[in-house]
Amino acid sequence: MAIPPFQTFLDSERDTVFRFLVATVGPDEAEDAFQETFISALRAYPRLKPNSNLRAWVLTIAHRKALDLFRARKRRPLPVEELPEQPVPAASPNGRSEVWTAARELPARQREALLFRFAADLPYSDVAEALGCTEEAARQRVSEAVRNLRKVMQ
Amino acid sequence: MNELEKMLRGDVPASPDEARAAAERFAARAADEGLADVAYALVDSPLGRLLVAQTKRGLVELAYGGEEPDSMLAELSEKLSPRVLEAPGKLDDVRRQLDEYFGGRRTDFDVPIDWSLSRGFTQRVLQATAKVPFGQLATYRDMATKAGNERAVRAAGNALGSNHIPIVVPCHRIIRTGGALGGYTGGLERKEYLLQLEGVLL
Repeated sequence: MAIPPFQTFLDSERDTVFRFLVATVGPDEAEDAFQETFISALRAYPRLKPNSNLRAWVLTIAHRKALDLFRARKRRPLPVEELPEQPVPAASPNGRSEVWTAARELPARQREALLFRFAADLPYSDVAEALGCTEEAARQRVSEAVRNLRKVMQ
Repeated sequence: MNELEKMLRGDVPASPDEARAAAERFAARAADEGLADVAYALVDSPLGRLLVAQTKRGLVELAYGGEEPDSMLAELSEKLSPRVLEAPGKLDDVRRQLDEYFGGRRTDFDVPIDWSLSRGFTQRVLQATAKVPFGQLATYRDMATKAGNERAVRAAGNALGSNHIPIVVPCHRIIRTGGALGGYTGGLERKEYLLQLEGVLL
């Protein structure tokens, strides 16, 4: 099957990508990362092979954009009010997720696995594709991450 | 385990409405930056919803049946480019002209046309058709002649049947020699409606 019109692809992936980015970079920066993600996707789109796994592909781009954002944020001094809340607040009064804020404490590889599995709601076969590892390794990473996250939350 | 997984799934403060709004802003911006090879809008008209699409060269498709656009979008994607985006703002001009036409305040369309979905004799027939003025009729034979082959009357009919830009390329103004209305891809009742609107039929 040929790749679908970009609008069809956008309509079917926008919710997943937006959720993934809100969990990854937080609600304030999700919009910018979303725009950057789909601009990159649109530029590369005509070169995609038919039958590509579009969801895993666009989430890999979203993940890269989120990393760019983190790097850029590290380089510039933050105004005080933007500092991440520490300790992690018990409730999420400002629309931030408690559990995803806690997940920031995990090693990057584990956190990525959680994001693909639970924020983007991918099956393990797609988590593996997005992480570039085997399905078995993806399962292991996710369960390790959940174990560690429980420790962080306690 | 399950409780924590449920939280990870459920505790993402993102709503589908926000995602839709972000996607709409994206499509508008991408089209403004020239990244959409095909920009389209779904436009309501007295003849039902229309799919209106344009490339950088001009209007490329105006199709009845915009209520179910999927197969038409797939065709545009395959024939032109998969960079297809819904960007109604890019089509403001043609939408306004269509409104005026259906409101009886416009007799010809002033929009550039991208002919790339037709070729050869078919394209010449359609280009000849585009010159038939508001409120006037011509025959399939006239169009065949103008396209360079007066005997290819049936082929001219087929060419008109494959018109990707009805209304603006007014194939409804082309009838049979002898005065019968002939056919219309959008259905004969639409041909009659357009000819009544133009004061040709009562």
